[in-house]
Amino acid sequence: MSDDNKREEDSAAPAPAAGDTPAAPAPAAEGDAAPPKRKETDEEKAARRKAALEAREAAKAAAAQAAAQAAQTAQTAGAAGDSAEGSEPQDPPKPPSPNQPRLDRVVALLRELVAEDAVEEAYINEPNDHLPTLVVKNDRWLQAAGLFRNHAELGCNYLRNVSGVDYETHMEVVYYPLSLESRHVYCVKVKADRENASVASVTPIWETANWNEREIYDLLGIDFPGHPDLRRIMMPDDWVGHPLRKDYVPLDPEV
Amino acid sequence: MIRTEELLLNVGPQHPSTHGVFRIVVKLDGEIITEATPVMGYLHRGTEKLAENLNFTQIIPYTDRMDYVSAMTNNYVLCHSVEKMMGLEIPERAEFLRLIVMEMQRVASHLVWWGTYLLDIGAMSPFLYAFSDRERILQLFNELCGARLTYNYMRVGGVKWDAPDGWIDRVKTFVKDMHFRLDEYHNLVSGNEIFLSRIKGVGQYDAQTAIDYGLSGANLRSTGVQWDLRKTEPYSLYDRFEFDVPVGKNGDCYDRYLCRMEEITQSLRILDQALEQFPGEGDTMGKVPRAIRPPAGEIYVRIESPRGEIGCHIVSKGKAEPYRLKFRRPSFVNLQILPKLLVGESMTNLVTILGGIDIVLGEVDC
Repeated sequence: MSDDNKREEDSAAPAPAAGDTPAAPAPAAEGDAAPPKRKETDEEKAARRKAALEAREAAKAAAAQAAAQAAQTAQTAGAAGDSAEGSEPQDPPKPPSPNQPRLDRVVALLRELVAEDAVEEAYINEPNDHLPTLVVKNDRWLQAAGLFRNHAELGCNYLRNVSGVDYETHMEVVYYPLSLESRHVYCVKVKADRENASVASVTPIWETANWNEREIYDLLGIDFPGHPDLRRIMMPDDWVGHPLRKDYVPLDPEV
Repeated sequence: MIRTEELLLNVGPQHPSTHGVFRIVVKLDGEIITEATPVMGYLHRGTEKLAENLNFTQIIPYTDRMDYVSAMTNNYVLCHSVEKMMGLEIPERAEFLRLIVMEMQRVASHLVWWGTYLLDIGAMSPFLYAFSDRERILQLFNELCGARLTYNYMRVGGVKWDAPDGWIDRVKTFVKDMHFRLDEYHNLVSGNEIFLSRIKGVGQYDAQTAIDYGLSGANLRSTGVQWDLRKTEPYSLYDRFEFDVPVGKNGDCYDRYLCRMEEITQSLRILDQALEQFPGEGDTMGKVPRAIRPPAGEIYVRIESPRGEIGCHIVSKGKAEPYRLKFRRPSFVNLQILPKLLVGESMTNLVTILGGIDIVLGEVDC
């Protein structure tokens, strides 16, 4: 058998196997003199496509059946048990995040040492390595930042990143304090009104916030009271507007 | 009677020792700097704003132009964060290729720093040595992806091009040669009396200051803080390889110099192992949906670039374009300490200290 023939046979072989259906017609008889090559491959292609389609249908049907079965068993189990959950088949409850205790601890500390209402929201950002994420009340932020930096248990001596985001409904400044000793990192968000946005500066606490806050002020127009030197840093001093705001109108839209 | 008065001196933005378009206004009392004010933004292109109207694949070339001395790590941080958001699996061969190019890039980047730093201080020939070696890396990158500086090599889900035939062997040859070249460089420069007297004890700060200022990379490690994201928060395949994190003791320009030189050795060590374990075959692209739309959410991903922690903060609303994309650029953060270091130093040390921080202006201004 020539090399070409062999390759054709190879490419034809997996189709019926994968399809697992009798639909795929057998490849052209081997013994025949080689028919025009182009035509044969087209036929094969069509056969393979058909087989694959059927296989997919079959898999879908099987999956649907399995789901139905699972729903049925779940329903019966739900009926048998006392707790009547919704009739919808529910996913098994997710195992709690490994960082959940850490998040709970921080929230408790903030509530105890800063203010009862200091934390607006707290959750685990799962895709981001289970990052404990908190939303801290704007007017409690300076105190909370001091706690992150100085509390023996948290010890976040390193501020790894500061970002500003314009959510169109409000502004948000996102801080990522980190402890170099325990290697624990948190995400702390502070919200501000869009008009006259203002968030207390943490430059006195983490020196590294200095230029980061200047950049956010420059590009997003958030004021940082308490900052030692709040000037534009990227744009020229006489620039009008803050480019990263969603409602910013470029000077010349052609550029 | 000698009359003295304060002199206001403008350095840059076109001065060659500022490594780009960095400008600093210094107030001088005789030879001594009493105040220094950095002025930036000459290379601000609004990458973050532009990115909001581009899809993620289109943003990759823009990252090349941020830290243009180390474009591969920039490619990686963006692709990696999108992959993490979408929960994509990367084929091993692709991940190996990424790691190999990133480490080669680290060597190339440190060579550029080494050459230009010595040029700043007044040594001409190391620059020529460094660039001839870097040229070999650029040549290898050129074979891989057809570009010498702005590679646009990585994609969400893998890499664009597979290694051409014999490429891995050529990298092996390069790594072998580079070990010897490094010894040569140490002989040539590291013990030089004039060089040592220019950089020893200059631009010194302690670990606490470095942490306060959020320094990263060799700037942080030179003070003795063992913090390398490849070790402390491993990403990619770094946990498979053996390497050390060189740290300094005094936090002066000399320790930063030694840290960076040792990092080249360690990168070569990683390369040795990675090239040995490189899978003979496999895909270079993982299974990626046709349209790259990270689910709504937020992520901050950080990796160790040659200059320190480069981070990517993405806010996605489930669209093909990011709602907000922020880069944490190590050069920008590291540069903050400059005014503090300059006060009280003589004018000649300005160049030594600025060079020691190792900035790239494309990244500072972004």
